[in-house]
Amino acid sequence: MTEVAIETAGLVKTFGDNRAVDGIDLTVPAGSVYGVLGPNGAGKTTAVKMLATLLRPDGGEARVFGHDVVREADAVRAKVSLTGQYASVDEDLTGSENLVLIGRLLGHGKPAARDRASQLLAAFGLSDAADRQVKNYSGGMRRRIDIAASILKTPDVLFLDEPTTGLDPRSRNQVWDIVRIIVAQGTTVLLTTQYLDEADQLASRIAVIDHGKVIAEGTPGELKASVGAGSIHVRLRDAAQRESALRVLSGVLGAGVHLDADPVALTAQLSGDDSDREAAEQASRALAELAGAGIVVDNFALGQPTLDEVFLALTDHPATTEEVAA
Amino acid sequence: MSTATTEQTSTYTPAAESLNAVLAAGEAPPRPSAWSAARTFGWRAMLKIKHVPEQLIDVTMFPIMMVLMFTYLFGGALAGSVTEYLQFLLPGIMVTSVVMITMYTGTGINVDISKGVFDRFRTLPIWRPAALVGALFGDVFRYLTAAVVILIVGLILGFRPEGGAVGVAVGILLLVLFSFAFSWVWTMFGLLLRSEKSVMGVSMMVLFPLTFLSNVFVEPDTMPGWLRVFTEVNPITHLVAATRGLMQGNPDAGEITWVLVASAVLVAVFGTLTMRLYNRK
Ligand SMILES: Nc1ncnc2c1ncn2[C@@H]1O[C@H](COP(=O)(O)OP(=O)(O)OP(=O)(O)O)[C@@H](O)[C@H]1O
Ligand SMILES: [Mg+2]
Repeated sequence: MTEVAIETAGLVKTFGDNRAVDGIDLTVPAGSVYGVLGPNGAGKTTAVKMLATLLRPDGGEARVFGHDVVREADAVRAKVSLTGQYASVDEDLTGSENLVLIGRLLGHGKPAARDRASQLLAAFGLSDAADRQVKNYSGGMRRRIDIAASILKTPDVLFLDEPTTGLDPRSRNQVWDIVRIIVAQGTTVLLTTQYLDEADQLASRIAVIDHGKVIAEGTPGELKASVGAGSIHVRLRDAAQRESALRVLSGVLGAGVHLDADPVALTAQLSGDDSDREAAEQASRALAELAGAGIVVDNFALGQPTLDEVFLALTDHPATTEEVAA
Repeated sequence: MSTATTEQTSTYTPAAESLNAVLAAGEAPPRPSAWSAARTFGWRAMLKIKHVPEQLIDVTMFPIMMVLMFTYLFGGALAGSVTEYLQFLLPGIMVTSVVMITMYTGTGINVDISKGVFDRFRTLPIWRPAALVGALFGDVFRYLTAAVVILIVGLILGFRPEGGAVGVAVGILLLVLFSFAFSWVWTMFGLLLRSEKSVMGVSMMVLFPLTFLSNVFVEPDTMPGWLRVFTEVNPITHLVAATRGLMQGNPDAGEITWVLVASAVLVAVFGTLTMRLYNRK
């Protein structure tokens, strides 16, 4: 039985009529990455802000290492760090000044704060940019200075709110590596993301949230099993053959086949439990059946399940931005 | 610069060794005192002035304009002689300008607090008002700058305070102290109102009557009764009387006490309201 880092019960936050967080129960085991996956407006930031003592819940309760986020806010603050969705560093100051500032606020003397800052800048590959204002940093560098500020004092719980949104693949990989190293040292990381791929890469457990509610929870393997091992996208030469292609694919792969917006394309879910080989076999069998039925396939692609597919599987509606489709 | 930026991103590979060393050394020092946290935020405010010096324009140009405008506009008409009027006007103009500048505190807080960095400050286990008190320290520097600029312009134009250097210094000190206390009104509005613009609007509506319907430009004896009643209770009137007394070499203990008590009340009332809003945000 591992220790519990974060526990919430029936957590609620409303903004006017909008139930941004609508009764969330989470149990985050200590020492791992916990992924909170959801589309825009799902309530991820709102939930994280309540856990980090920035917003007062309207209902339910939340504890961080046993401390209540409302009644024992200071004890919680001593344990957590937050890297917000939007830069939580001061853009007017230099990278070094930002870190010295946080160091001083944590209680370091001036020399100690300076030492700590340069140590962090070096570890995050920012020594050359130390004396430049953060507003002149690239997106990747901003994220890194932000994370550096969050581990100035090694936190017990680190909240990363969409740490890689807007980053190029290389910077994203750097952030992933940093997160892995931080977790290996014993910090619990709660990470929000819109990318299943990212949660899959980093998290040992994932909660999928939509409209402020948890709609699924489990290990990445369990989640993917519920969606299938991925999908196959097929582009036909002739749009007239799409109906028969749909029948053939449904015959081979079962129910999870749907027509794309593109009139010559369709997508089929691959079932099977988290085994890429099984998925590949299914895909090749499907392609063979299509050829056997005389349907000309111009092009096909195998896809990892996307957030959209997870949503389709879990809610019967695609991941909607904000509450358009509610 | 952009090439350096790209290069940095591409060559950096997170190294477990150095990151582990950093994490292992991440023991929390003892929590800083309230005073030390506020001072650190004051340092932040000074750094912002260093990086964005343009923000000092309004505390230098605006006061210079005020002195020149009112000295020459009213000088001849009201007192017959510009130099003579200046002896009366300068302390009042100094008060007006500095008190007007306090409104930037509200807009500043409103903008600053909407940025993500305040989320980080608010997750630190520090004395909660520190961030706001520290920001006001930076503003106090701006108030001092404005007061000194006005003093220099005044001296050039012929202001000869009888209270001497000490009288002037104590006068400025009193003014800055009151402005610090008064700023809590704006921090409250800065937190209460949604946009920078609405903060500005409210500030104008409060500041114009306060500064003009006072004894800054003329002694209230010439005013109609109802107006005199307002000027009598107007804190600016008392502040001007106290500052003017100090600078002219006949300090009025009653007025000075009035200003000190008003400052304490302002901090107690608006400081409390501000902190309540800040904690709720
Ligand atoms: N301060 C606020 N006032 C009013 N409504 C808010 C506020 N903050 C969030 N909301 C609303 O609450 C809902 C959840 O927002 P939240 O920012 O938590 O979503 P999110 O999952 O973080 O989305 P994103 O991926 O876009 O960051 C949205 O409908 C949003 O409009
Ligand atoms: Mg968000």
